[in-house]
Amino acid sequence: MKKDIILAGVGGQGILTIATIIADAATAAGLKLKQAEVHGMSQRGGDVQSNLRLSTGDIYSDLIKKGDADLIISMEPMEALRYLPYLAGDGWIVTSSHTFRNIPDYPEEDALFQELGALPHVATLPIEDVAKDNGLPKSANVVLLGMAAKYIEILSVDQLRQSVVRIFGAKSEKMVEANLKAFELGLAAVNSLS
Amino acid sequence: MIERKLLLGDEAIALGALHAGLSGVYAYPGTPSTEITEYIQNNAPQVRSRWCTNEKTAMEAALGMSYAGKRALVCMKHVGMNVAADAFVNSAITGVNGGLVVLAADDPSMHSSQNEQDSRFYGKFAMIPVLEPSSQQEAYDMIKYAYQLSEQMKLPVLFRVVTRLAHSRAGVEVGEPLPQNALNPETDRTHWVLLPANARRQYASLVEKQAEILACSGNSPFNRSLPVEGKAALGVVACGIAYNYVMENEPEKLGIPVLKLSQYPLPGDAIKAFAKNCDSILVVEDGQPFAEELLAGILGSDYPVRGRLTGDLPRTGELTPDSVGAALGIAAPQSFSSARNLMPRPPALCQGCGHRDVYNALNKVASEYDNARIFGDIGCYTLGALPPFRAIDSCVDMGASITMAKGAADAGVFPSIAVIGDSTFTHSGMTGLLDAINDNANITVIISDNLTTAMTGGQDSAGTNKFEAICIGLGLSPEHVRVVVPVPKNMDEITRIIREEIEYKGVSVIIPRRECMQTLQRKLRNKK
Repeated sequence: MKKDIILAGVGGQGILTIATIIADAATAAGLKLKQAEVHGMSQRGGDVQSNLRLSTGDIYSDLIKKGDADLIISMEPMEALRYLPYLAGDGWIVTSSHTFRNIPDYPEEDALFQELGALPHVATLPIEDVAKDNGLPKSANVVLLGMAAKYIEILSVDQLRQSVVRIFGAKSEKMVEANLKAFELGLAAVNSLS
Repeated sequence: MIERKLLLGDEAIALGALHAGLSGVYAYPGTPSTEITEYIQNNAPQVRSRWCTNEKTAMEAALGMSYAGKRALVCMKHVGMNVAADAFVNSAITGVNGGLVVLAADDPSMHSSQNEQDSRFYGKFAMIPVLEPSSQQEAYDMIKYAYQLSEQMKLPVLFRVVTRLAHSRAGVEVGEPLPQNALNPETDRTHWVLLPANARRQYASLVEKQAEILACSGNSPFNRSLPVEGKAALGVVACGIAYNYVMENEPEKLGIPVLKLSQYPLPGDAIKAFAKNCDSILVVEDGQPFAEELLAGILGSDYPVRGRLTGDLPRTGELTPDSVGAALGIAAPQSFSSARNLMPRPPALCQGCGHRDVYNALNKVASEYDNARIFGDIGCYTLGALPPFRAIDSCVDMGASITMAKGAADAGVFPSIAVIGDSTFTHSGMTGLLDAINDNANITVIISDNLTTAMTGGQDSAGTNKFEAICIGLGLSPEHVRVVVPVPKNMDEITRIIREEIEYKGVSVIIPRRECMQTLQRKLRNKK
């Protein structure tokens, strides 16, 4: 069994934290994994992605082939679309619906959401608003992880939850509590969408 | 005891070097090599690891540590090899005492670089062994082997990785650390004093060692053949990380044999034996067509060799499992084509960054002249070339802003302005500034000082708190070394000073100084 995931966003939005949590859960579960990241110039407000590959067997390439990604998890809707050629026919897109406009020629929003909505398997949520409304403005990325949890499949929701506890446990109890709450918000939101 | 750790390729290299008994790492930050030295700084206080001023000083200091009998590591991005080249090439002539590994991190596709030069050419040029891991595990295992090889051959070993390995994580099984070598300085002078008589002898000895170096490649535990039954129409020679892209496409199912190469010089006999069982060979290598060109010499020009030169693989850019699959004749089953509502999102200077205020001021003053030219340099501030600033006219190599501005001023360009960052200035700008001062060149130099090496993630900058003293020490008159604080409310003062110094006929330096937003925010977070 394998799961090829593309994490997408804009430099500074915290996709590497999502990758770290999933990778930690995979390591604890004894899965093999490869996780290609973007460091350097693009981190300054440019588009960033991470290819995260999980498998029960050997993994060779650090990069996912076109048409092979099972899941795109994105902090930004246009960034989710950037990796469309990589998505498998039955793959899912889980994305924030909050646009991040730091370029002058950002596409027209209606057209963008129409294109996104016309795809077969998409879950969207205004994660920044959900996070803010619940007093968790810094945990929008973990809300997104909660949304994606049930599509990751190769790891159970509970294995991911335990990883949230481990990763933020290294920082503080308060952060564990906040991020667990964020995780559950995302999870509940997806369950109410479907 | 074997332990499994999740490590970036760079971290696997760092831990591998530590476990090989490393005594010192010498490096200047450069994507994608930076995390190697950072890992050692954060995990091994017993190992010498402070950042160096540039790659040449790093290479020379590491050679000195090797001279003293200890194991040393030099890390740099590929273009750093150009800076270190004098010391690097001559270290193959002197030879080494303690093991010396030179790590070059190449950047195919130029994710964060100005070219995609392939460091394997430097290894061939210097006539030393080159190692190129295919995976994070191999990177860890190979470093210990590299030190053994270096001490056995008494030569530096070049260790080449690419961005995709450096910045990708995987589980790595790690072993027990070895102790550091004892202090054991060289006693013989003849091969360290490269006067012509000694150098000729040393070079002859290096040439003589080539047969042994080649034999090591032939017996390398990291080169191996994956044969198929009978003769194949196509065989693949896969170098370094390219092996993964080949294996991802399951060549065994296509009846394609694979020769995996991770140690150079190219093992000619193994390649000939492999080629005998194939009608043609596809060379898959990340970077430039290094092995592909050499294969013609090994196999003869009649043997069909395909690769980047023949157009079977893209001539430029990093390989992907898709481009390699296409070269193997595998069609990718793609479900979705590219999105319609999609625009490029290039990186930009951070909001609140001091470089923004510098460029706003500079653009304002430059627009008052008909033919102002602003020569840029390498760092975050290179992003000033992009909209909305479009403020710089060049970016070539570390330090080139000052010397290019000087040359252009010599030719008659006025005003001729250089913009250089603090870390780039100490890396390679100081010598050029001395040239300009000695020639009384009519240039204005802006040292945009954000108190850190920002582009690579905020490493210490060698000249912090020393810039005025450096400029005055090089001979600049103190009244033409001006310091400003680049914030919007100081715009009038900054533009006035830039105007005054442009109008001064000679060299002047303006130092806008304000801390990088990224390092400032990190400090504030850590305080909490």
